[in-house]
Amino acid sequence: MLPPFELCEPTSVAEASALLSRHGETARLYAGGTELLLAMKAGLLRSDYLVNVKTIPGLAGVRVDPDGTLRIGAATPHRAVERDPLVRARFPALARMEADVANVRVREVGTLGGNLCFAEPHADPGALLQVFDATVRLARAGADRTIPVAALFLGPFETALAPDELLTEIAVPPLPPRSAAAYAKLGILERPSAGVAVAVTLDGGGVADVRIAVGSVGPVPRRMPEAEALLRGRSLPESRAALPAAGRVAGRAADAVSDLHGSAEYKTHLVGVLLRRVFEQAVAAAGAPGAPG
Amino acid sequence: MSELPVTLTVNGEVHALRLPPWETLVECLRDRLGLLGVKKSCDVQVCGACTVLLDGRPVSACTLPAFEARGREVRTIEGLARGEELHPVQAAFVEAGALQCGFCTPGMILAAVALLEESPAPTPDEVKHYMRGNLCRCTGYKRILEAILAAARRLAADGR
Repeated sequence: MLPPFELCEPTSVAEASALLSRHGETARLYAGGTELLLAMKAGLLRSDYLVNVKTIPGLAGVRVDPDGTLRIGAATPHRAVERDPLVRARFPALARMEADVANVRVREVGTLGGNLCFAEPHADPGALLQVFDATVRLARAGADRTIPVAALFLGPFETALAPDELLTEIAVPPLPPRSAAAYAKLGILERPSAGVAVAVTLDGGGVADVRIAVGSVGPVPRRMPEAEALLRGRSLPESRAALPAAGRVAGRAADAVSDLHGSAEYKTHLVGVLLRRVFEQAVAAAGAPGAPG
Repeated sequence: MSELPVTLTVNGEVHALRLPPWETLVECLRDRLGLLGVKKSCDVQVCGACTVLLDGRPVSACTLPAFEARGREVRTIEGLARGEELHPVQAAFVEAGALQCGFCTPGMILAAVALLEESPAPTPDEVKHYMRGNLCRCTGYKRILEAILAAARRLAADGR
């Protein structure tokens, strides 16, 4: 059973922000509720007021700017991203990742913005969005700011959102030509034990750029610049030969935490295994004629 | 704590209710409307026993607040058959022997109905991916998969 709460239904970001200011820690934003309501049922979180962001016009939906940047409203359900024709055509790795979040019922209701704001470490989108250099827009009454998605995550269940701020939009820039992204995860429970994302840009016979992000393993999803440096600017055979070393470096840097989803040692190992898989997937997709990310 | 006016359509019937915002859809459907085909089991959106269709899309009634069904159409297992005539997915489950204890079956069938509305001729892998969140502890899934594929063929043959 859900504990009692009062429902607030603002019709603007400013009104929602004012409600958060007025009620302080007794209020929480509510979108899909797929994480929040479970925590409330379990008695882990208490909220006297739930502020329903779905009543704010313009907070859900997907569009692509003329420069190719994908803009996803924070209250867009995972399934709407997964099924969107523009996302599938231009950001296929993102569509595939979204199609594998939890189960179909969670994806129908749960939102991409809610997933990011809850900052549950065992989640998929936070890692993949980082290899696209995605940004998030945070808004409050009369002001907004845009930060890299990586800067949103401060710790497990902890974000850079100010108490009266809302995440309103996720912006995903397109990858350069001859690039592709890939994401793979492995889990033994409902949630992933480890997830690894890459974006690869090919150039002649070589690997011009590589971006790597690891999620679910440590306290927050994060980029792995040291591992990227081992693979970047090399011929494809050289990059392949460096994959085991890059996997070890990324595994160590992921700051693995032992929990129900696996031991730190196991998760560290998984990072290397998944990195090899996603690197090959991304290279194959980037090499295909006209392949987008 | 105030109640909300909530008007929703369940299996074609309009209900005008006043509900506390924390009442879940499974509580509303079972305890207020007597629709006991909706099962509450894991209560954390993992098992699929509470699956109902909201505007044709599968949701977990255990965790969705009932007010979210405002102005929308809810379909439960009780609303599938036409009189004594089973829905083709129900009939296919019976013919394939795709159930044993039956507890997961309403959710399983509703998820399959949603799948076939979205994707009328799914591959076995598509069925497995879509149905991944509906758990059955009796059948081993093989006959469920067969039933859904058979239902897809029947719906196609009937032109539905």
